[in-house]
Amino acid sequence: MSTEAPTPTSAKETLAGTHHMPGKESADRRQVTQGRWAYTLLTPTLVLLGVVILYPIINAIIMSFQKDAGLDPATGFFTEGGFTGLDNYTHWLLQQCGSGPALGPCPPGTLGAQFWDAMGTTFFFTIVTVAMETVLGFWMAVIMARAFRGRALVRASVLVPWAIPTAVTAKLFFFMFAFEGIVNKIFGTQILWTGSEWPAKWAIIISDVWKTTPFMALLILAGLQLIPDEVYEAAKVDGASAWQRFTQITLPLVKPALMVAILFRTLDVLRMYDLPAIMTGGANNTTTLSILVVQQIRQGLNNASALSTITFLVIFLVAFIFVRFLGANAVDAATTGKK
Amino acid sequence: MKTRKYLLPAAVAGVLAMSLSACGGGGGGGTQTGGGDAAANLEGRGPITYVTGKDNAAVQQPTVDRWNAAHPDQKVTLKEQTDKADQQHDDLVQHFQAKQSDYDLVTVDVVWTAEFAAKGWLQPLKDKLAVDTSALLPSTVKAATYNNTLFAVPVHSDGGMLYYRKDLVPTPPKTWDEMMSMCSIAKANKIGCYAGQYQKYEGLTVNAAEAINTFGGKIVDDAGKATVNSAEAKEGLGKLVEAYKNGNIPAESITFQEEQGRGAFEEGKLLFHRNWPYVYNLAKTDGASKVKETFAVAPLPGKDGPGASSLGGHSAAVSVYSKYKATAVDFAKFLLEDEQQKFFALQGSLAPVKASMYKDAAIVAKAPYMPTLLTSIENAVPRPVTPFYPGVTKAVQDNAYAALKGEKSVDQALTDMQAAIDSAK
Repeated sequence: MSTEAPTPTSAKETLAGTHHMPGKESADRRQVTQGRWAYTLLTPTLVLLGVVILYPIINAIIMSFQKDAGLDPATGFFTEGGFTGLDNYTHWLLQQCGSGPALGPCPPGTLGAQFWDAMGTTFFFTIVTVAMETVLGFWMAVIMARAFRGRALVRASVLVPWAIPTAVTAKLFFFMFAFEGIVNKIFGTQILWTGSEWPAKWAIIISDVWKTTPFMALLILAGLQLIPDEVYEAAKVDGASAWQRFTQITLPLVKPALMVAILFRTLDVLRMYDLPAIMTGGANNTTTLSILVVQQIRQGLNNASALSTITFLVIFLVAFIFVRFLGANAVDAATTGKK
Repeated sequence: MKTRKYLLPAAVAGVLAMSLSACGGGGGGGTQTGGGDAAANLEGRGPITYVTGKDNAAVQQPTVDRWNAAHPDQKVTLKEQTDKADQQHDDLVQHFQAKQSDYDLVTVDVVWTAEFAAKGWLQPLKDKLAVDTSALLPSTVKAATYNNTLFAVPVHSDGGMLYYRKDLVPTPPKTWDEMMSMCSIAKANKIGCYAGQYQKYEGLTVNAAEAINTFGGKIVDDAGKATVNSAEAKEGLGKLVEAYKNGNIPAESITFQEEQGRGAFEEGKLLFHRNWPYVYNLAKTDGASKVKETFAVAPLPGKDGPGASSLGGHSAAVSVYSKYKATAVDFAKFLLEDEQQKFFALQGSLAPVKASMYKDAAIVAKAPYMPTLLTSIENAVPRPVTPFYPGVTKAVQDNAYAALKGEKSVDQALTDMQAAIDSAK
């Protein structure tokens, strides 16, 4: 949107300029000064971004090639590890622990042994929660898009879960899924929700879906409201059934907004931390990549840098695939407002 | 048009980058070899800052005020951190990494001492700064000692106790096997027999270490090498796993932290319960407690005598970057004086570090569990004193959890635990 705006304005101004000032020269000068102004105004932002984003990233990447401090058995104090090449990366990707002759597969009970499990868990959560949130969110959006009494109230109340901080949500569900909690009381079950793998995973998925479906619904609702009523009326006149109207009109026209919503949610879930960290502490194979990073920070910052760089690349790759192959046009269309 | 295409990926990259940079921000290694800073300012006296976790019981400020009244030229300023242990730990790490002299005397959890000491952040308390620890409980001193050097002054302690239903069990069990034999009483009353904390978190390390230490095992030796794959450790962890398997430890306790266990015990659903002293007052006064008049405490049951509790508590340590180390050590000694220890116990229910205080009439009147707690702390074994504690505790938790759930045999769990502890370096 923003890149398009200046073009007509400046064209108009240029035209207006020719009225008052003769020649093409002044128009050029105007463009030059405008360009200079633009850079002057942008510089503080760029500098700020450089300081808060670029520097830490570069620093993290440099650190990821350093060995973590090791204990000097003679003194009992830590000594700097020094440059170690790709060792930190192979530690995670190949799950190798130790160094020198002791190098071997990471034993169970180390963070290194959990890397691929955490990767799998993260992607499992991503696929399942995003799928459920898309379907439920779409359904909620369709309901909210209709005109009915109390619509404003429904829209506001749907937002409540989204407005609650994730950590609070996690604590709430932690108590609800406790053995003596309300979930077991209501259903008369004796499930140890946080005590074994699948119940724990589902408890987390349910919490996440409860919390973020409204976000999905709102983004989709925004897309739905862009579709003009006339299109539906015309389709009705042509005798299209409700199902046809949905698949032929609603779906294609809402797709740009939908793809953006799915993209945002996907990137969000790939970074999931609070829910599993608070509800299960990562037990029973619910450790996500972010939890692994935070646990590793306490054991060695350089290795944690390597892990967060890997996480960053993975998420970036997913985002790239999304934008490039699945929804590049949709995203483009969504940001310009046309198809 | 062309630029727009790259706008979104760029924005996405930006957002991702921020999440990454949040991780890299901690930067800068915290290593030095204990040379220069540890030798400086040994006789410095002046105003210092005393850093503690959130002072919920309101005992620290009055203590600091008492000191300040007597030492106007060496004023102590109290700085409170949050009440979350992880955040306190990370706050200290950041200040030490920045080599700031504004944290003079810091409160450290018993399990952080070795890590901070090995990083060279804590002032060795020897020679000019030596502290007399002869009146203190030996296990508390051991937990504050790294590489045969005292690095912190124990200020208050903590140990596990056995809460039991005196209406159902007139005499508490002295040994683990005796306790297990009493489980038929629990069965007859349709309640659970025994539970500690078995969720996968620090509490599981505490409980697993107690089982292992009680039966003579050791998680690491004095040099920090893993020694957990032993027959003794196998017997200890095996007892715990067996009890969980046969239902003497109810299945739901795999989801218990301290609070869930306390809830179950207060509701009358447990015959025996392992927990910290804080539960005592709550179980006596909590509105929801159904066992107010019917519970009592005993030392943890052991192999043939009292069991080996894991040790909790906090110590005060002097930062190597402090300018006024003499004042900091004097204030730490001041915290050990009877008056302060008594005030901590009476006002804050904090367990003293001196054996003599546990027999003090006023303290015992306020906290009748004190003699039991003394037995517990006298027999306590500190959790592994190692600079790699985060890795060690993870190795213990993960493998003990898998053994409890029957995902691997006790043998396999101990083999893996041993390997994981050794690779934590």
